[in-house]
Amino acid sequence: MTGFLLRRVLGAVVTLLAISVIVYVVFYVTPGNVAQITCGPRCSPEQVDQVAQQLRLDDPLYVRYWHFLEGLVAGQDYSTGTSVEHCSAPCLGLSYQSDQQVTQLILNKLPVSLSLVFGAMVLWLILGVGTGVLSAWRRGRLSERLLTGVTLAGVATPVFVIGLVLMIVVCGQLQLLPFPQYVNLTDDPEQWAWNLLLPWLSLALIEAAAFARLTRASMLETLADDHIRTFRAYGVGERSVIGRHALRGALAPVIALNANNFGSAVGGAVLTETLFGLPGIGQELVHAVNVVDLPVVVGMVLVIGFFVVLANAVADVLYAVADRRVVLA
Amino acid sequence: MSLVDVSDLTVEFGSLRAVDGLSFRLEQGGALALVGESGSGKSTVASALLGLHRGTGARVGGSVEVAGIDVEEASDEELRRLRGGKAAMVFQDPLSSFDPYYAIGDQIAEVYRVHARVSRRAARARAVEVLERVGIPDAPRRSRSRPHEFSGGMRQRALIAMALACTPDLLIADEPTTALDVTVQAQILDLLHTLREETGMGLLLVTHDVGVAAESVDEVLVMRHGRAVEHGPVGTVLGTPGETYTRELLAAVPRVDARRAATGEAGEVVLEATGLRREFGRGKKAFTAVDGVSLTIRRGETLGVVGESGSGKTTLGRMLVGLLEPTAGEIKPGGGVRPDVQMVFQDPVSSLNPRRSVGESIADPLRARGERDETRIRGRVTELLERVGLEGAHYDRYPHEFSGGQRQRVGIARALAADPRVIVCDEPVSALDVTTQAQVVALLGELQRELGLALVFVAHDLAVVRQVSDRVAVMRRGRIVESGPADEVYDHPQDPYTQQLLAAVPALDPEVAARRRAARRELAAA
Repeated sequence: MTGFLLRRVLGAVVTLLAISVIVYVVFYVTPGNVAQITCGPRCSPEQVDQVAQQLRLDDPLYVRYWHFLEGLVAGQDYSTGTSVEHCSAPCLGLSYQSDQQVTQLILNKLPVSLSLVFGAMVLWLILGVGTGVLSAWRRGRLSERLLTGVTLAGVATPVFVIGLVLMIVVCGQLQLLPFPQYVNLTDDPEQWAWNLLLPWLSLALIEAAAFARLTRASMLETLADDHIRTFRAYGVGERSVIGRHALRGALAPVIALNANNFGSAVGGAVLTETLFGLPGIGQELVHAVNVVDLPVVVGMVLVIGFFVVLANAVADVLYAVADRRVVLA
Repeated sequence: MSLVDVSDLTVEFGSLRAVDGLSFRLEQGGALALVGESGSGKSTVASALLGLHRGTGARVGGSVEVAGIDVEEASDEELRRLRGGKAAMVFQDPLSSFDPYYAIGDQIAEVYRVHARVSRRAARARAVEVLERVGIPDAPRRSRSRPHEFSGGMRQRALIAMALACTPDLLIADEPTTALDVTVQAQILDLLHTLREETGMGLLLVTHDVGVAAESVDEVLVMRHGRAVEHGPVGTVLGTPGETYTRELLAAVPRVDARRAATGEAGEVVLEATGLRREFGRGKKAFTAVDGVSLTIRRGETLGVVGESGSGKTTLGRMLVGLLEPTAGEIKPGGGVRPDVQMVFQDPVSSLNPRRSVGESIADPLRARGERDETRIRGRVTELLERVGLEGAHYDRYPHEFSGGQRQRVGIARALAADPRVIVCDEPVSALDVTTQAQVVALLGELQRELGLALVFVAHDLAVVRQVSDRVAVMRRGRIVESGPADEVYDHPQDPYTQQLLAAVPALDPEVAARRRAARRELAAA
């Protein structure tokens, strides 16, 4: 187990470093004058040069990357023109746009994204796995066809359609809920949950469809296994056969899909965040890419990468818990 | 009232009639074997006894009555009480028949609680009790093991324990020993026998192996194409069969006590292996599969390599062909000529690419040797196909269009394509029915005589090995424990392990079987 954790952490560090290099290179070769964009359209050429110098845009790629690593490990001092600001390790640099520390920026946005994705995950697992089990059990009957139809519609509907419809109906027509507005979990847990309910639902409905289809396929496969036949031949009830024996065997691919979807939704739920005005990572990342704010982009991508790696490690542990034959190594 | 009363049973899957007007009875405490080759419908009958065809789309006609319950008419609830409670089934593959995620004891307890209103704790105690009953050592602790932590024989015992849990009146055993080694098979058959004596339950045994039937039952019903061919007391049916098919079936069964017809003289040495050793894994997990094996193979002779699972016989075969690199030791071609060793694999289904025509598969070795002329390739493959008893026109067909025996012929043709001097056959007939088995064995002998091939015949089936081999090597735990001319090894085995193996082979004569069982019991008691 210790060996497993050690290897996992090491692998994660290497992966994340590789990601950061790739982001640096991509932004380095991207055409466009970063200094001009950062300074604004009305800057004079002198001002642009000044900005470029301040941001060290003229340094070669490896020097800039080295500075980035330095800041990450040891922290760094930045001159903002008039004063010197210390950015303590792990320092991801300052935003080109706002001079804000990227680490701080991420810490502000992360709780929003995690709140959204974690809640949605609980919902999509319940909805998705539930629907999948039900349609595997009722295979070929009318109820299964209806469920399949609904899940297909779920896959095919864009999140802004579902989200908008939910908002118009629930908040506008029925006035059951106020229009969502993010409230910190620590400030008011009840308001936090009520305000996130619609974002959770709309994100979960989209994701649940994929889980339903995967669970159904996986369930049908396990239901054809010999040991299922054994329990049926011994008079064990269908509920127990499905719930205890078939579902457990069918969960492995579901765990794997969930790890990936959770990780990528942390930074990828842009549409949901935008639609409901949630100030999360995804929204900020899109903005940073538009204005070529390299430190912010690198920081965000690393955080997203971290969650993907973490979610997969958790999935591996869950595999081993679910199936004793799996040895963590 | 009979324990089982089947009359005019018909089971159809789509347009296929798997069982066609079958009738038989089994009295309380009796033992009946359904014997037949694959596709004879014997397992379908077993499933019908528990109503397992319900809800699968199969059409069932006629009537099946088990322990006084009309299986076709019974409600789902009655059927559930029958299954496991009054009639319990032991399946063929004990690994896949348990849920891999739960402890064996918990699975037995779960089944027990379906039929008995007891607490979890009491059910768990019952599980340990039946595991002890079937001879699982240290049952309280082992009951917490998961299926993959059990050996094949122990899993089969555990499945029988599950069947025993609810003290059923009828035990249905569907090929209960097919996946097991011969010594383990003997133990399981003896166990079934003892349990039957003690509990007085009836036994319905489904098997393709006439020997297994002779060991275990009072009555035999021979099936073919879903119909009963012959039905009667085991001694009569196997001793003086009335029907042609039964006689053919019995004639095809290889006998462990029959001498092989004399064959031609063995020629010069074509392959010589000395001190072969092969390890797998590293460090603490290192495992020596083959440990210091030396052998020579001569032109025109067959060397039989026999052993139980895990004895290293397959690893040895693969090293001879060059599929595995030996950790130590060397393989030398006799007379300094490149030996050209080819292989015929056990499973003709998975050793042929299902997406390529069989002609293409046979042509592979030719292309690998640099042949590029398509007309010549096609000509040679056609010749090979005809040589192994298929038709040249089969070139463009795909593996799924052939039967098991035909696929194995394709495998042999592929091995012949490279003009080998030695062919290593790894369990070449163990996936085949006995009649097909006999045909493939005959083909191998014919090819050997014509082409002067040297054969290495690797198998677990002692009788088949005797049937084909000039010399025999008995393997155990990576070593050859005994080797010599086949007749000598079989008639006068020197090593205790060889003796034990031979004593475990099922006899076709029920009286001999009973004598051997008594001897085994004495041996176990001593």
